Amino acid sequence: MKLRKLEMALEDVEDFEEPKIKLEQYSTTSHLAASMIHTAEQQFGDISDKKVIDLGCGCGKLSIACIMMDASFVLGVDVDQDALSTFSDNLEILDDEDAKVDRLQADLCKPELFNLIKEKSFDTAVMNPPFGTKNNKGIDMDFLYIASKLAKTAVYSLHKTSTRDYVVKKAKDFGLKANVVAELKYNLSATYKFHKQRSKDIAVDFIRFTFT
Amino acid sequence: MRLLTHNMLTSHVKGVNNGYPLKIEATEVNVESEVDFKPEFICCMIPRIDWDVLKKALAWIGKADLLPEEIVDNYEEDEEFLRKVHHTIMEIEIVTGSLICPESERSFPINKGIPNMLLNEDEV
Repeated sequence: MKLRKLEMALEDVEDFEEPKIKLEQYSTTSHLAASMIHTAEQQFGDISDKKVIDLGCGCGKLSIACIMMDASFVLGVDVDQDALSTFSDNLEILDDEDAKVDRLQADLCKPELFNLIKEKSFDTAVMNPPFGTKNNKGIDMDFLYIASKLAKTAVYSLHKTSTRDYVVKKAKDFGLKANVVAELKYNLSATYKFHKQRSKDIAVDFIRFTFT
Repeated sequence: MRLLTHNMLTSHVKGVNNGYPLKIEATEVNVESEVDFKPEFICCMIPRIDWDVLKKALAWIGKADLLPEEIVDNYEEDEEFLRKVHHTIMEIEIVTGSLICPESERSFPINKGIPNMLLNEDEV
């Protein structure tokens, strides 16, 4: 599927009804999701016919993008029941025979999660993790660590460009090599009441991690 | 939740040493879904799934007869066998029920196809 077509198809994916600030729920824009997953397949062949895990899947935008790019199976994991419920509704966008998606409610920040899902069960991990700005510092690295345990080939993630050096260094500790595929602008529209500006662009790195 | 997912889940309750597999108690199972069959994917999955656990899972939902006891030899060429495996791991969905830790007997609910694996404070 072409990038533009994928982006347009993802416009039908509903976002969080009432985003929870403590969980840092910002929806992944259709543009970002399409760019990430299209590149992951077009440039690296990591989506089509692969088993993919979507960590912090929220309403399922990345998962659905993966299905549209012919993933064999996608597992979406999130802590929030409401988001997962919206994700269930979103599956109606897909034809029944394509909806090879399971969802799981679990807390990715807890160490016990490492034992829950068998290591290396997936080819690829994709995620748009919380950045750690809401009393949850370090959470993006928790996500990255888990991704490194569950994926065999590659992990795709978004991280603030301002944290690049730190991310690359931490990734090494997890046995990962970081390749900054692109620098993107993440437009966070005023999701929450306290946002003073109408919309804000954050510079983010789209990173492909592989195993050393 | 498909049986493909069940096959990779272990109980993560604190102190549990042998939490695999989680037992399935299902009150609603959907066997009607039709997922497009990809033989290469199934061939790729067969060595990676725990066959005994898949058999157990089927037995727990009363569908033990859907698969033979053993994986057939040369399954790559046996389309009928591959289709059976495809049906069991990709087309059966546990909609409502529970996953039960075999050691602690802690029950994790499944609603609308989504297992809730959140642990309480005292279980971590």
